[in-house]
Amino acid sequence: MIFVELFWAFLKIGIFTFGGGAAAVALIQNEVVSHQHWLTQQEFTDILAVSQMTPGPVGINTATYAGYTALFNAGYSQWMAVLGAVVASLSVIILPVALMMVVVRFVQRYRSNKYIDAVMRMLRMVVVGIIAAAALQLVTEDSFGHAGWNAHFVISILLFLSVFWLSIKKKNPVVLMLAAGAIGIAVYTLIG
Amino acid sequence: MIKYCDLFWSFFKIGTFTIGGGYAMIPLMERELVDRHQWMSREEFLDQVALSQSLPGILAVNMASGVGFRLRGRRGALAAIVGNIVMPIIFILILAMVYRLFKDNVYVERFFMGVRPAAVALIAAPVFTLAKSAGINWQTCWIPIVSSLLIWMMSVNPIFVILAAVAMGVVCKKMGWTKKGGAEA
Repeated sequence: MIFVELFWAFLKIGIFTFGGGAAAVALIQNEVVSHQHWLTQQEFTDILAVSQMTPGPVGINTATYAGYTALFNAGYSQWMAVLGAVVASLSVIILPVALMMVVVRFVQRYRSNKYIDAVMRMLRMVVVGIIAAAALQLVTEDSFGHAGWNAHFVISILLFLSVFWLSIKKKNPVVLMLAAGAIGIAVYTLIG
Repeated sequence: MIKYCDLFWSFFKIGTFTIGGGYAMIPLMERELVDRHQWMSREEFLDQVALSQSLPGILAVNMASGVGFRLRGRRGALAAIVGNIVMPIIFILILAMVYRLFKDNVYVERFFMGVRPAAVALIAAPVFTLAKSAGINWQTCWIPIVSSLLIWMMSVNPIFVILAAVAMGVVCKKMGWTKKGGAEA
């Protein structure tokens, strides 16, 4: 029963997400692409691109779109896929929301203690590794072209490096994505 | 008394018009909740930001649920969360349907050929920005490197890496190995 599997997968993703959108994306990719094979790496990269260009939390956007595509790929109708999207986005938030309410009720003022500090410090370091692994898994021939001296690969590497650099320089991600898409249309149309 | 619909509307505006995820939303939430409506003090807000980052979950949703719950209890949390994510979900569903119709269009395909490497770059960039704020140095850089190799090369589930990190954090504290990252609390 794919709805139950989807619910369980995103429940786990939600409760193990520490550290912002990229961390959520890394866990979603691991679950839906590497473990469950609900969608291909290529499909996931496209979903990721759309999720970064549209408003809203990137983790929610990715969960919604991944849930939709998972159901669609499993042969369900468009409206069942919409239901899958809703199940995915709700199950990713349900446990953290419940936990937040419990904590806010009992902890009137947030005071971290030595153990929380030590655990958070360790978590921040491994999350860097988790995101790095996700980024490495995203570098595929489908997205970058066949490695070598050909137009698709060279342009992809140039786009990757420029967006990477500009993103570190805190440039607006949507502008970067739209520019990369516009360059894609222009360059690949020119060279046929 | 703060009305549910006001709470909904505040988070609705932020969720619907902010591109770039949770971190981009926090300053807008501060302006809306602290400066404009004065629903909470700045200290209370910053407290909630710290809590939202320490608890698991999507940052923006953690903010919505924490703020909503503080102000108006469970229904307040619901109003804030729904406000925050309803339009993003609808946008994505519309785009998902439209993309199915046009994905074989040659210009759409070229657009995505340009956008794919950029999407990967936006995931790779936080590796470096977060590494800096995580206080990773020569003594601790093995931790993220080993984590990523375990996941990338040996297909270890990241969930186990996170559980191991929690255990290691507790053990390090118990043993008194607290030099990590320099700044000691």
